Amino acid sequence: MGSVELNRKTIVLLVGLVFLIALPPVALAMDEEFFISLFSRILVYALAAVSLDLILGYAGMASLGHGAFLGVGAYVVGILAFHASEEVAIPFLPGDWAGTFNALIAWVSAIVVSGLFALVIGALSLRTSGVYFIMITLAFAQMIYFFFISLSAYGGEDGLNMEQRNAFPMLDLGDDTSFYYVCLGLLLAFVYVCHRIVNSRFGMVMRGCKQNETRMRALGYSTYKYKLVCFVIAGAGAGLAGALAANQNEFVSPGLMHWTRSGEVMIMVILGGIGTLFGPIFGAAALLLMEEVLAAYTQHWMIILGPVLILVVLFAKRGIYGFLAGDRGRDG
Amino acid sequence: MDKTSAPVLEVSNLVKSFGALRASDGISLDVRAGEIHALIGPNGAGKTTAINQLSGEMQPDQGEVVFNGQDVTKLPVDQRAQLGLARSYQITSIFPQFSALENVAMAVQVKQSHNFRFWQPAGEDRTRLDPAMDLLNRMGMEALALTKAGELAHGQQRQLELAMALATEPKMLLLDEPMAGMGPEETRRMTEILMPLKGQLSILLVEHDMDVVFALADRITVLVLGKAIATDTPENIRNSAEVRAAYLGEPT
Amino acid sequence: MTFFLFLEQTLNAFQLGVMLFLMAAGLTLVFGIMNMINLAHGSFYMIGAYVAAYVGHVTGNFFIGVAVALPVAALTGMAVEITALRKLYNRDHLDQVLATFGLILFFNELTSIIWGPQAIFVPIPGLFEGSVELIPGAPYPIYRLVIIGAGLVVALLLRLLIVKTRTGMLIRAGASNREMVSALGVDIDRLYTVVFGLGALLAGLAGALAGPILATEIGMGENILILTFVVIIVGGIGSIRGALIGALLVGVVDTYGRAFLPAILRSLFEDPSVADGVGASASSMSIYILMAVVLIFKPRGLFQAYG
Repeated sequence: MGSVELNRKTIVLLVGLVFLIALPPVALAMDEEFFISLFSRILVYALAAVSLDLILGYAGMASLGHGAFLGVGAYVVGILAFHASEEVAIPFLPGDWAGTFNALIAWVSAIVVSGLFALVIGALSLRTSGVYFIMITLAFAQMIYFFFISLSAYGGEDGLNMEQRNAFPMLDLGDDTSFYYVCLGLLLAFVYVCHRIVNSRFGMVMRGCKQNETRMRALGYSTYKYKLVCFVIAGAGAGLAGALAANQNEFVSPGLMHWTRSGEVMIMVILGGIGTLFGPIFGAAALLLMEEVLAAYTQHWMIILGPVLILVVLFAKRGIYGFLAGDRGRDG
Repeated sequence: MDKTSAPVLEVSNLVKSFGALRASDGISLDVRAGEIHALIGPNGAGKTTAINQLSGEMQPDQGEVVFNGQDVTKLPVDQRAQLGLARSYQITSIFPQFSALENVAMAVQVKQSHNFRFWQPAGEDRTRLDPAMDLLNRMGMEALALTKAGELAHGQQRQLELAMALATEPKMLLLDEPMAGMGPEETRRMTEILMPLKGQLSILLVEHDMDVVFALADRITVLVLGKAIATDTPENIRNSAEVRAAYLGEPT
Repeated sequence: MTFFLFLEQTLNAFQLGVMLFLMAAGLTLVFGIMNMINLAHGSFYMIGAYVAAYVGHVTGNFFIGVAVALPVAALTGMAVEITALRKLYNRDHLDQVLATFGLILFFNELTSIIWGPQAIFVPIPGLFEGSVELIPGAPYPIYRLVIIGAGLVVALLLRLLIVKTRTGMLIRAGASNREMVSALGVDIDRLYTVVFGLGALLAGLAGALAGPILATEIGMGENILILTFVVIIVGGIGSIRGALIGALLVGVVDTYGRAFLPAILRSLFEDPSVADGVGASASSMSIYILMAVVLIFKPRGLFQAYG
């Protein structure tokens, strides 16, 4: 793992990186600024998808409720911004804090709060396994979805507008290009962190659990603890993605937490290549680009998505990234 | 014959029913420190069910399992393993995507403290890889260290299975048909690996191969229809009319 | 809170419970016997609803609509099983989740193409319009009673099928030992297809019956699917008895929760808007709380499959 060889995987990743870095100036030069915000969206969802890949692809935990953490992160940012613009103290917190637009405070809060939600949901859900786990994560996500719909103080079903994007030191996130690079930076940082985690002692335990949890327990691992920690990390990551999503749209709504949203993120992971960390980035790009391009032709483009997904699951589990990068893709 | 020290494993009156079927019908046995205790019986006698109750994968309806003086009957699998009660599986249970070395390293790693390390690459961590390599050497598998476990031949996988159980440095091993599906050469090699463990480890060995059983066992318990009908030295078991009757028609 | 209100809500709870049972029975059979998790189960519910609505509208007869919807749902189920799902039996649950999620997307979009994205209005059949006074002074919609009755009849028929017929015996045997059943010379593939079709039929029936009282729209399958999952988790996967008890339990908790929690909370909290806010979310959350509580004490549900 020392030096970097020039193989297919490296080439694919390098090309991708160059593309992403060069996108804003090229788009501006071509007078197609819209691409910058489109790809910002892709980057944000890619972050969510990578966090899902951590538990899905490496730990083997099929959670249909990941969208909940995305939504929680977004709402933290949205609520803080709401109170800041209304200059009203937050009623359910001690003291007299009237929210903030400060990105560092808001985003760290989003990460922490999502992580806490993941801790509670994970602690309860991980007492089950297999299909029970899938269903219970789904149910909890729905619970949170209904909870936020009922929060009429914060927009309820209609959602909550953000007066402006968060204030980031030295950069104006209101400028789409700056925001894009912040998202890119955070995505790359998160992928790197996940890469280290996945290859660490902890990561090996997770990967062992995915392959054969019975054996792990027979060896003496209290797998519950490890899975919970992994679940929390993934939830926190999704929370960060949610914070960015809120900024991207300057709007948050409960729709972010609906289980079909979790399903979409899952599709991104699968299409891109499960268990590869980079695959989900490709998957996010593929899905959102398909949405943009195909939706222009017909509103029913989704009808091919279903069979495509089925075919990928049945025959092409390696996904797009696996296809491009070859077998070397599979180690994160 | 060991008279002074208490047995490592004491099983009292284990009962397990599946509907109308009494898979375990009041099994009692004990395993002394350092002995290899074989559990034999015809197919359907309930040997794997018994082992599952000892390792924690099944809960008995009645009865007690005491390990090193501690009642572990209600403890889950991982806690029993942490106490030093390890097992190997009749149907190979390994990590097929990991290399043979990594498989054993996972077993080595569990006893070490720093398992919540998130940053350092485990693939370069000598503290887990070196002991794993040592164990592979012991098994004569060093050439296969980097082969994916799922690609190993059946006999090699069985060896890996055993290596993983040994790597956790257990006090007692539950071996469920370790030689299952092995040819004569491989069986001989496994027997050679198990033999020197006598005295260092206590082993409860489920096996069908009678040559292996008689070569290794200090004592044998015969299980028929969920009941332990005899526990004695190999010589006495071999000569017992009752045991032979139970085994009439049973191929070795 | 009057006795009549309580009675009305209890009947509503049974009605919901019965519909959930129809959904859960099929899902739990498929899972118990084929060890297969099928997210697209809700799609059969939707197909049943749409076909019944359409045929009922075209012929002007609700019963014909239902009668056509049942075989359509069953055949769709069997077709799906033969083409796509067969390959998933040996895959892990995650793959099954993903592939059947793809089916949901497909069926939702297909329905949208055929019938458009708007919800369809389905009138209550003339025969069942109006209310009847079970107890003098307490009118209750006849149609809802019909649903309860239909559901109980189906539950009975299902029990007879499972317990008294050869197919039922094969189903029970298949649940506990697949290899044995196929070793006995039974065509396991056909058994699976039949079971799957049966499950789809029950779901389609639930959808057809639901049309007049619930919204017939794209995505209706997913809404009830989640409730069905809760039923199965609470009742125990693979157990029909668990499906029935679980369905009634969920029906009761959900209905009572929605009906009475807001009132209870309003009496606890001084500020009515807070009570309403909490009440609205608490009542939709009540079944999930039920599920969490069951799982804490019984992680495998209340009943084991067939034993």
